[in-house]
Amino acid sequence: MMWAGVLVACASCYALKLAGVSLPARVLADARVQRTVPLVPVGLLAALVATQTFSTGHHLVVDVRTTALVVALGMVLLRAPFLVVVASAAATAALLRLL
Amino acid sequence: MASTQDLIQARRGIIRDALGIGIATGAYALSFGAISTAAGLSLLQTCALSVLMFTGASQFALVGVVGSGGSVWAGAATAALLGSRNALYGVRLSSLLDGGWWKRAAAAHFVIDETTAMAIARDTASESRLAFWATGLAVFTLWNLGTLIGALATHALPDPKVLGFDAAPPAAFLALLAPRLRAREPMAIALGAGVVALVTLPFVPAGVPLLIVAVLVALFGVLRTGR
Repeated sequence: MMWAGVLVACASCYALKLAGVSLPARVLADARVQRTVPLVPVGLLAALVATQTFSTGHHLVVDVRTTALVVALGMVLLRAPFLVVVASAAATAALLRLL
Repeated sequence: MASTQDLIQARRGIIRDALGIGIATGAYALSFGAISTAAGLSLLQTCALSVLMFTGASQFALVGVVGSGGSVWAGAATAALLGSRNALYGVRLSSLLDGGWWKRAAAAHFVIDETTAMAIARDTASESRLAFWATGLAVFTLWNLGTLIGALATHALPDPKVLGFDAAPPAAFLALLAPRLRAREPMAIALGAGVVALVTLPFVPAGVPLLIVAVLVALFGVLRTGR
């Protein structure tokens, strides 16, 4: 099941890339498409941040991941490289669990 | 009229920048390999995502949803929705890409944030093409190498949760989100999306809050256009 999902997702992402370079420009030049498509990642990424920080299964929780996210936000504001942002969040959670 | 010397300088600069971007994304791929492995995907599945999907935010989304208990299908749908922006990049790059259908089909795989940013805003079409292919090859090579190393290193660990790996995906999504929040509207959409996702989460299957958010954002975008 995992493989099927992985391969379908890969095929979908490639199909979207291929559509972009193949379809006549006017299809995707529509003002609604141009305006809406860049907004979708903003909503999805924000929803991913929220759900992966504040939930376990179907329960809303506040745990060490909240502190880790605050540390990550600080790193983002300091313009730290991607790997530093991610590693500092993981390290924060690991340290807080040790205490 | 630019001299030959200037043209060579420009091309060298493009290749140097492409390598720099490749190295940066390779480091970022280490965290993808690690997060994917900690989420329960096999080494082969993790590497397949980097070779075949080859678009970072979508890959992180799929393994993030799976890692938090969602179905792989909810993860796949989220990955595809995040990948929709690559279609718009393709439109901008289409006129620059020459050659037959097979070359276009190969080029399509490389249509991602990094190659688009490097290819547009060049002085000539030939510089754009060089920037696109050099960045694509550098990022593809180092992205896959980084994924493999990150996954292998994580396989060797006993319990990923002790090392705080469950706190890594939200930080990764935050780092991907931040550059898109340079105006008031995306900031408001991000806040609204977070609230909607958390409010719906207790009542629907895992991963579905993301799809609800995507539908609402799309409706918002379409309804606001033309006012």
